[in-house]
Amino acid sequence: MTFLKNRFIKQIFESFIDLVPIFTVILFFQIFVIEQPLPDIINLITGTLLVILGLTFFIIGLELSLFPIGESMAYAFAQKGSLFWLLAFAFCLGFGTTIAEPALIAVTNEAAEIASLGNIINDSDAAKSNYAFGLRITVAFSVGIAIVIGVLRILHGWPLHYLIISGYAIVVVITPFAPDEIIGIAYDSGGVTTSTITVPLVTALGVGLATAIKGRNPMTDGFGLIAFASLTPMIFVMAYGIIL
Amino acid sequence: MIDWLVIFSKTLLDTGRDVLPIAAIIIGFQIVIIRKPILHPGKTLFGFLYVVVGIALFLQGLQMALFPLGELMAHQLTTPEFINIDSQATKVSWLSYYWVYAFAASLGFATTLAEPSLIAVAIKAEQLSGGAIHAFSLRIAVSIGVAFGIALGTFRIITGTELYLYIVAGYIIVIIQTIFAPKLIIGLAYDSGGVTTSTVTVPLVTALGLELASTVPGRNPLLDGFGLIAFASLFPIIAVLSYAQIAEWRNKGSLT
Repeated sequence: MTFLKNRFIKQIFESFIDLVPIFTVILFFQIFVIEQPLPDIINLITGTLLVILGLTFFIIGLELSLFPIGESMAYAFAQKGSLFWLLAFAFCLGFGTTIAEPALIAVTNEAAEIASLGNIINDSDAAKSNYAFGLRITVAFSVGIAIVIGVLRILHGWPLHYLIISGYAIVVVITPFAPDEIIGIAYDSGGVTTSTITVPLVTALGVGLATAIKGRNPMTDGFGLIAFASLTPMIFVMAYGIIL
Repeated sequence: MIDWLVIFSKTLLDTGRDVLPIAAIIIGFQIVIIRKPILHPGKTLFGFLYVVVGIALFLQGLQMALFPLGELMAHQLTTPEFINIDSQATKVSWLSYYWVYAFAASLGFATTLAEPSLIAVAIKAEQLSGGAIHAFSLRIAVSIGVAFGIALGTFRIITGTELYLYIVAGYIIVIIQTIFAPKLIIGLAYDSGGVTTSTVTVPLVTALGLELASTVPGRNPLLDGFGLIAFASLFPIIAVLSYAQIAEWRNKGSLT
């Protein structure tokens, strides 16, 4: 318990340091550039304390649970040797964590709005929610596929950069065919899919697999899953825009 | 206080709901496929609760302190009065927006440094590399990448140039760097593009993009407001590859 207590105090201090730059930036611009007083100081201070506390809990919880879970599951799958179930798990992890991602829901609703203004779909709520939902499924599916490809890569030891560069090439080739309205959203969708819980879990899965499999180096082979998860949504969202 | 508790329980419930599918997948596979008990179930459950409570507190705090202020500032910095231009003007020199670039860069830098998922990946990278990659330096490199990316992204919105061209140019740089960079860092560098844009960065940066696109003459927020996140995911890759390259040049052999 004393270990946890010391860990907690140390982490609170570190979280505080991590947040200093944001507040410096905000204060500097507010006072010296915009030259306005700070609105609502009490909320600002309480909010800051909550952010520090939240970050502290998150980091400690991360080391107690998300990292060990991800790695132990990777070991268990590697021992079991069932490729099918490993890939099924990889797909579910990618699909399941993305479909409920709040940032993605916000972006797809925005996209439906744009599509209706650009007369790609009707200007009715039903058409918009259909479009947004289809887009969400598309992105979630593409992240599931991404994790599957990433896991296969770790198993076979394929060099990451060839796959990523081919992905880039696909993005570059299909962009001219995609409707203008969807390009910005497609490019952004790659960044918004990877959430705070997904990243540690997926990273631990990759690193765990690369550690458990003979001949793989956790450093060179373990990373890269997130990279696929940020690349495939761009391709799939543009394809969605081209097909519709 | 009561109000606050109500709002907090709502945030906590929302976070719980987001975590639910992940928990279901993990528990389902653990019971049905792996069929082995989880090591230290108590500790793991505790840690999981910590993560959920941590994210809820974090989001709650951001919504109270940072998001309203950040959005207000994005708005104030982009108003025609502040930029000191005629609100009827149809064309404005991109140079007039210097404070916007400065704000975009500092905001990108600072929010990335506080991004929880980046902290997680940096911790892992430091552990795996046995300290050859320093977690804090990695985060600084990524933050510099995001700062540059977002500043360039605001420049694109202001000038109204094609997003496509910037992204293709960025890819070409990444490909060239990949050829020369130490092999050890490549996976981590590619991953750092995706992890930077998360809880803190996305809402603030999106707000900045939409405000800019709706105030700069001749821009349409729906068409031009997007793309900043893409910049924020591309430039950290370049920054981390450069960091590794520089580290390799400085003490030859330690990273390879």
